[in-house]
Amino acid sequence: MSFGDPFFGISWLDAIIRTVIVVLVMTVIVVYLTYGERKVVALFQQRLGPMRTGPWGLLQGFADAVKLVTKEDIRPANADRWVFEFAPYLTFIPVLMVLISLPFARDWGVRNMTLGMFYVFAILGLNIVGILMAGLGSGNKYALLGGVRAAAQMLSYEIPLVISLLSVAMIAGTLNLNAIAGLQAHRPFIVLQPLAFLIFFTAMLSELHRAPFDIPVAESEIVGGYFVEYSGIRWSMFQLTEYASMWAFSVFGSTMFLGGWEYPKGGDWGWGWQLFLTFVKSGAWIIAIMWVRTTVPRLRIDQLMSFCWKVLLPLSLAQMLMNGFILVYGWPQELLTVTSGAGAVFLFVLIALVIRRPKKKTTLLGAYRQGSLPSGQGSAP
Amino acid sequence: MSIWPEERVLPLERDGLNTVDMTINVGPQHPATHGVFRMVLTVDGEVVVDCEPYIGYLHRGLEKLTESADYRQAMGWWDRTDYLAGMCCEMAYCMAVEKMAGIEVPERAEYIRVMMAELSRINSHFMFLGAFGADVGSFGTSFIYAWRERERIYDFFEEVAGDRMFPTYFRPGGVQMDLPANCESRVRGLISSIRQGIEDFDGLLTGNEIFVERCQGLAPMTTERAINWGITGPILRATGLPWDVRKAEPYSVYDRLDFEIPTGKQGDIFDRYFVRLAEVYQSTRIVEQCLEQMPGGLVLNPDLPKTLRIDKGECYIRTEGTKGEYGVYAMARGGNKAYRMKLRSPSFSNLAALKEMVVGSYLADAIIILGSLDIVLGEVDK
Repeated sequence: MSFGDPFFGISWLDAIIRTVIVVLVMTVIVVYLTYGERKVVALFQQRLGPMRTGPWGLLQGFADAVKLVTKEDIRPANADRWVFEFAPYLTFIPVLMVLISLPFARDWGVRNMTLGMFYVFAILGLNIVGILMAGLGSGNKYALLGGVRAAAQMLSYEIPLVISLLSVAMIAGTLNLNAIAGLQAHRPFIVLQPLAFLIFFTAMLSELHRAPFDIPVAESEIVGGYFVEYSGIRWSMFQLTEYASMWAFSVFGSTMFLGGWEYPKGGDWGWGWQLFLTFVKSGAWIIAIMWVRTTVPRLRIDQLMSFCWKVLLPLSLAQMLMNGFILVYGWPQELLTVTSGAGAVFLFVLIALVIRRPKKKTTLLGAYRQGSLPSGQGSAP
Repeated sequence: MSIWPEERVLPLERDGLNTVDMTINVGPQHPATHGVFRMVLTVDGEVVVDCEPYIGYLHRGLEKLTESADYRQAMGWWDRTDYLAGMCCEMAYCMAVEKMAGIEVPERAEYIRVMMAELSRINSHFMFLGAFGADVGSFGTSFIYAWRERERIYDFFEEVAGDRMFPTYFRPGGVQMDLPANCESRVRGLISSIRQGIEDFDGLLTGNEIFVERCQGLAPMTTERAINWGITGPILRATGLPWDVRKAEPYSVYDRLDFEIPTGKQGDIFDRYFVRLAEVYQSTRIVEQCLEQMPGGLVLNPDLPKTLRIDKGECYIRTEGTKGEYGVYAMARGGNKAYRMKLRSPSFSNLAALKEMVVGSYLADAIIILGSLDIVLGEVDK
């Protein structure tokens, strides 16, 4: 049977069956993403990570899920009841709705939408509402700060995110995610749009509240941000949202830039290979996110904003302009690799120039060793 | 229904908008306060407009306790002032008692003391580096890097003194017992491991663009302001003044050892971080020299009386603790107990400058400014 046809020939039944399958798969994936994150972080931090629950701690995620579900659901006395209780669902539902449009292999998805990319933009923006509700409704000042920070950050970073995706849409000439993947049979779009890829990756980290943009949930400043007052099942809804959106973004991003299910021989070798490609690409994407998280410190809110508006936005507009010239004058698309690559290099140079680095890191400590930097022999002031 | 029932509402007219300042309580239970320190921040959006520090949650009455116990019993409490570097505190206490009683310390014991104190200093500085990285937001990676070296140092302490954090290893007149037989190879292994740890921190934090952008130029301190506040230690040295009691008024055997005093230039957060990183390296040099120069012989003065009684005496001893100048004022008026013991704790004086540094900065910066002071609450609250 072909997966493109509706199950049992009934459209609404087909939609329900596919959604249920996606939700179940998502739940299992989220459980193993939490486990995977702990293992990856442990690897970077020279630890073992969870080892006790099941072989190599493989059942740790399920144990955590059971613990969270059975915990008491506490609502603070001065919380705004309905706002507080509905906020976790309102953050989770948009992510679930995004999953509906994602192509995991050719025809393996809930719905193959003609305006799939547009749908993803539109739905992702709704996430802010739930987070802001959680921040305002908790009756906690840390939560309020976190919610407001999240709203400011997500609204700002949505712009470069969308513009970098629009550059892909311009080259592809379609908004259908399956069609975009299909166009990358010989050459993934990251080759044509390295700058757009970098901007997308950065803006995505911000949308996911991942380091170095984890300002709304900054553990050492506002102790968790907007979900500080949540416990038990509602808290786990926020965690579910975080990991589910990480997974959704990685599948979406690998469809847009890395060739999705198509790139090496996806069209020829059948659905098993296509699913494998999606799995590997989104897995690499997720590991890259975790890698960044364990390595870099956190930005400050004003640095975050100026980076978005002064660096990412102009560069993403420049990328769109380049694509426009290519399309209008019919120049070869390979030219884009050069110009966009130069833009990506410029991005790194800009970061290196803007930041006043003291000196090269190893020479600084080495200078102290050799005694060439000012260091005194002790004298009274 | 108001969700801010207890909020102190202060409508402020700023740029034509009516805004309300918000007070945020940071601590005593907060991941960034490094103990039980509390500060009430008044914030205008993200900018701190007022800061009110509260201390005393860890007050244990150290000075009064010391007056009520035998000289040798009281020493266990002095470990617990700067609990990250207990042996530095023991050293200051023992020196004060020895000076009052006129007790000689064998040379081998002096070298052992310096070596253990410097290892404690490394331990404390690594704690700073790890916790500071976590404050800036590196998700515990720096913490684990620091912990690796600290565990090895603590293991060594356990082998030498029988305890990890509070060894109570020093005695007035020397140290409790001699080093174990394999000490030299253990310490050399430890030093190479610590130097690898320095390299790891250098690679993880020093060259990181975000870290540099967060720390450079933040809360700069001039030498004059620092002296006026009574700031000592790495924060003073970060302003460019090479003031270190180990060099300025050498005690114990520090005058026989060759080491440098790293200094910064502008006294900002980055300089404070880097001075400490460079100091760890200097401490490893001191430990190496101690191993090379260490003579044989006794480690405890054999002529000590069974009960230490001091008829009359008064002294002030200052040492370079891990956070700054760690001074002990002692007074004896007969008997086996001190009449008065006073601790001049560096963390307390350094913390006094917190408000000046914090007001006007961002909330996120307030956290790392507090982190850069490297306070230990056991020492602040005594």
